[in-house]
Amino acid sequence: MTLKASEISVGDTFEEVLVEDLKRTQLVMYAGASGDYNPLHTDDLYSREAAGYPGVFAHGMLTMGMTGRVVTNLFGPANIKKFGVRFTNQVWPGDDLSGRAEVEAIREEDGETLVDVKLTTTNQNGDVVVTGAATVRIDP
Amino acid sequence: MTDPKGIKFPVEATHIMMFARAIGDYSPEFHDPEQARQTDAGGIVAPPTFPQSVAQFNPDYFLRPKPGQTWFGSGREASGEKGKPASSGGLHAEQHFEFKRPIRPGDVLSVSVKDGASWEKESKRAGKLMFSERITEYRDENGEIVCIARSVGVKTERPVDQD
Repeated sequence: MTLKASEISVGDTFEEVLVEDLKRTQLVMYAGASGDYNPLHTDDLYSREAAGYPGVFAHGMLTMGMTGRVVTNLFGPANIKKFGVRFTNQVWPGDDLSGRAEVEAIREEDGETLVDVKLTTTNQNGDVVVTGAATVRIDP
Repeated sequence: MTDPKGIKFPVEATHIMMFARAIGDYSPEFHDPEQARQTDAGGIVAPPTFPQSVAQFNPDYFLRPKPGQTWFGSGREASGEKGKPASSGGLHAEQHFEFKRPIRPGDVLSVSVKDGASWEKESKRAGKLMFSERITEYRDENGEIVCIARSVGVKTERPVDQD
């Protein structure tokens, strides 16, 4: 069920649990589907002993993909015009992530109704792991 | 990294399903043609970050092991390459997608990559940061732009401090 413009107002916020206790297996699934086989994300021995990290960590694009669910669940995956993020902190196995979207503007452009949302994804410690923005098409 | 011009990216429903599962998204628009038809997507579409998986179709993609070549991941040793910097070449700082229309199974996208801007910054947590931007265009069989992706990568002087 996608939202209509008449159902939302500027300042409305929506939150969604993106993952609880992120599993290493999900990092493997993401590597396999996306084709990004960087061992930093799937190879704990490499990540610790060769690269000097505490262990494997999530692909930024996995966190972005999970963050996108907040937008596609609200507005429908066929209605996305823009979606962009900045990665601000790494995401680790065991993390809980929650995504938040805030309606910043509802506007008309070239005969379409568009919504701009601000996105923030936060881990269990309250650290922001992704900030971003999306613009979506919406029915009036 | 080599980025040959005109990589062909055939979009398949199974790939979309696997990608959606990997990001924890079980919405019918990504795997169930019957139910997807009842939504305003009108059928299966790709999640917005799916274009990134064009990596599967880049024959030279450097983050995939290739037969007969060394691979920097672990085997007998923690890394299959010796004397190389401990970093795989960078981390992802930003990613942006702009869509003219949704990507659907059956699309055969022509993909080309070009370099954008580059710049440097000092940081406390990882030393000198070297940023570089890459622009990827996805065009359909009519030559129309479907998606433009802008990626910002960062190379760090040392691993990011964890405190």
